Order: sequence, then structure tokens, then C-alpha cells
Amino acid sequence: MVTDKAVWAALGEIMDPEIPVVSVVDLGIVRDVDVRTDGVTVSMTPTFAGCPALDVMREEIERRLHRLGAAQVEVKMVLSPPWTSDWITDAARVKLAAFGLSPPTRHGGDTAIILSEAGRCPRCGGTHVTLKNPFGSTRCRMMFYCEDCREPFEQFKPL
Amino acid sequence: MKTIHTLSDLDVALAARLLALADDELILAHRASEWTGHAPILEEDIGLANIAQDELGHAGLWYDLYAALAGSDPDRLVFFRDAGGWRNVQLVELPKGDWAFTMLRQYLFDSYEAALLERLAEGRHEGIAGAAGKIRKEELYHARHSSAWVKRLALGTEESRRRSQDALDLLWPYTRQLFIPHEGDERLAAAGYAPRLADVHDIWTAAVRSHLESSGLRVPDSPGVAVRRDQHTPHLTELLTEMQRVARLDPEAIW
Repeated sequence: MVTDKAVWAALGEIMDPEIPVVSVVDLGIVRDVDVRTDGVTVSMTPTFAGCPALDVMREEIERRLHRLGAAQVEVKMVLSPPWTSDWITDAARVKLAAFGLSPPTRHGGDTAIILSEAGRCPRCGGTHVTLKNPFGSTRCRMMFYCEDCREPFEQFKPL
Repeated sequence: MKTIHTLSDLDVALAARLLALADDELILAHRASEWTGHAPILEEDIGLANIAQDELGHAGLWYDLYAALAGSDPDRLVFFRDAGGWRNVQLVELPKGDWAFTMLRQYLFDSYEAALLERLAEGRHEGIAGAAGKIRKEELYHARHSSAWVKRLALGTEESRRRSQDALDLLWPYTRQLFIPHEGDERLAAAGYAPRLADVHDIWTAAVRSHLESSGLRVPDSPGVAVRRDQHTPHLTELLTEMQRVARLDPEAIW
């Protein structure tokens, strides 16, 4: 019989294909796990609706949980409440910064903070930064320039 | 599979509204994607490609809700439907034009979405409210971007101002179609699923008028043309011919 603990552990090893240092659990994408005798239902929520990594993660969840021994695996998409970058765990924020991707500013749902263009350079920790582009190489990234170390960097977009 | 004939009147109205929401997003996404590799600067190329991808994702959420109700496969809807079956407004199917035209259209549409989504998110239909709540958050970034561009171009050089005004003069009459009620809309409003478009229109008009005029643009007097959502310009057929070409080469292909 598959246990709750084993399912969460397996999910903790499924990385975001575009940010391979953080897992679906780290990102707060997995909202609920329901383990029954006949199978497992995982509720997940999209970060950005148009993110192509979602399907990859969804398929990987199904594959891993089947391998774990779950007979039936259902990955259910839930939209409400909508995902927020505030759900990214503290441990994941450290991993993001080490990866070179500045973690998103915590905003508590405040639109003014979300759009404040504040950032911290993941290399030198500098906060004298200029937003160069509110969009980036993936749906969840924006581009900054650090005036302190004079290097460009990417930041996970607050949402 | 359920057919549209077995649905209640309320569900029929709901399906019509969902298809309109999805089609607007999908066609606008395609027009935005046409700038990929052609935008005036690299940063904007990336920006508009992102916006296109977002709108595509949003269309997907609406098509999924529509499919759950009407039993249609979203891929079939997008790639195998002729122009007459589409329910997008003409505003989004017009050719992409120049940068001022693209940014103004995006701004006018983003502002409409902002007003509409806020009310849909508060509605009583769980699926619609959930999707609207999700989309609304992402749209914050679009609205900021397009409104900043409208201001920058309108207050920029003489040429950018002229192009902005020309774009506004051309686009303004088309905005009226966004607010023409569908058949069955009263039912949706009565059920608390969607707001009355006249109310959305009032909110939208106040917001865009203020922004456009503070950017030095003259809002045209034209009341606009009242056309239904099944009426299209020849531009939609041209767009679909290109967008659907590959899928129609081999309808049975598995991707």
C-alpha cells in the first residue's frame, strides 16, 4: 500500500524542467494529496496558465506515482485559489538564489508590491537594480540589471 | 458525449459566452505571436512572445470550460473551424499593423479584460470565477505594459503621436462590439455568472478615456459599428488559413 509520506517524498523529487533545482512541492504547485486503497489523486495548480512546463510536470507526477505502486493516479488541476509566488517555500528561495535566479518578492497579494519592480541581485545581493524587462526567457522570469555589480540577472516574477 | 441540444437554456448561454471569451484570447494570441522575430527591439520581442503565450494559456482555460459543457475538443475547435464558426470580436482579428496599432489594441483589450475579469471572478459560477481569478493576476503585467507603451508613443515624437492617433481612430469603432450583449446574456446576469456588459462598458470607458486623454490622444466620437460575433472581416479567414494550415495537412496526425 502506498503511503501518504511516500507520495509526498516522490513529489519532492519531481523538478520543474525549466528550473531544475526546485520541485513541484517547493514551488507550492501541489495543493493536496489524497491516498486511497485504489489510487492517488494529486491536486495541482498552474503557476502561469500558459506555462509549457505544466504538462511535463503533470506527466512526471503520473509516471512517478505509478512506479511507486499506485494503481490509479489522477492529477487534478485546481485554479482556485490561484497560485501565488508567496507559496514558494523558504528553502526553495535559497535554492533559486544559488541557481542564479533571484526569488520573487513576497507581496501578500498587494498589487503595488507585485508591480514595484523591486529586486535583489542573486550574485552580489545588491538592491540598486533596474528592471529591464517585465518579461523573460520563460513565463515566470523577468530581467533586471544590477547597478552594483553591473551584471544582468533574472528574477522569478512575483504573481 | 453531450450535445448542445441537451443543454439547458442557461448552459447554452454559458457555452456561448465561454466560446467568445476563448476565441478572443486565441486570436489575439495569434496576432501577438506574429511579432516574434519582428518586434522593434529584442526586449519587446520577448515581451510580446510572453504575452502571446499567456493569452494562449488563458484561451486554454476557457476552452476547457467550454469543452466540459459542450463536449468539444479544444484542438478541433481551434484548428478545424472555419471563420463562420468563430465568435471573437473583429477588434482582435485585424492585421497586426504597426507597433502603435499593436500596443493600442492590446491596451484597449487588456482594459476590457481587467474590467470584465474582476466581475467574473466575483461571480457565482465556480469554474468561471476560478479561471477569471487566475487570469486576472497574470493580466496585471499585460495591462501595465500596454498602458505604458500607449503613453510613451502618444507623448513621444511627432511621428509616434500621429501613428498612435491613427491607430486609435481606426480601432475605436471596433471596441463597441466587445460590449454588445449575446443572446442569453440576461440569463447569465440573472444567475450571477457574468456581469451585464453595459456595466463593464461604463467602467472601461471611464478608465480608457482618462488614460488616452492624459496621453494627449483624442478619443473619436464614432459610436462604432454594432456587428454580431459571427460576423467577421476577411482578415480572419486569412489568419485561419495560415494558423490551421499544418494541422489540416494531416488531420489524423498525433503530435
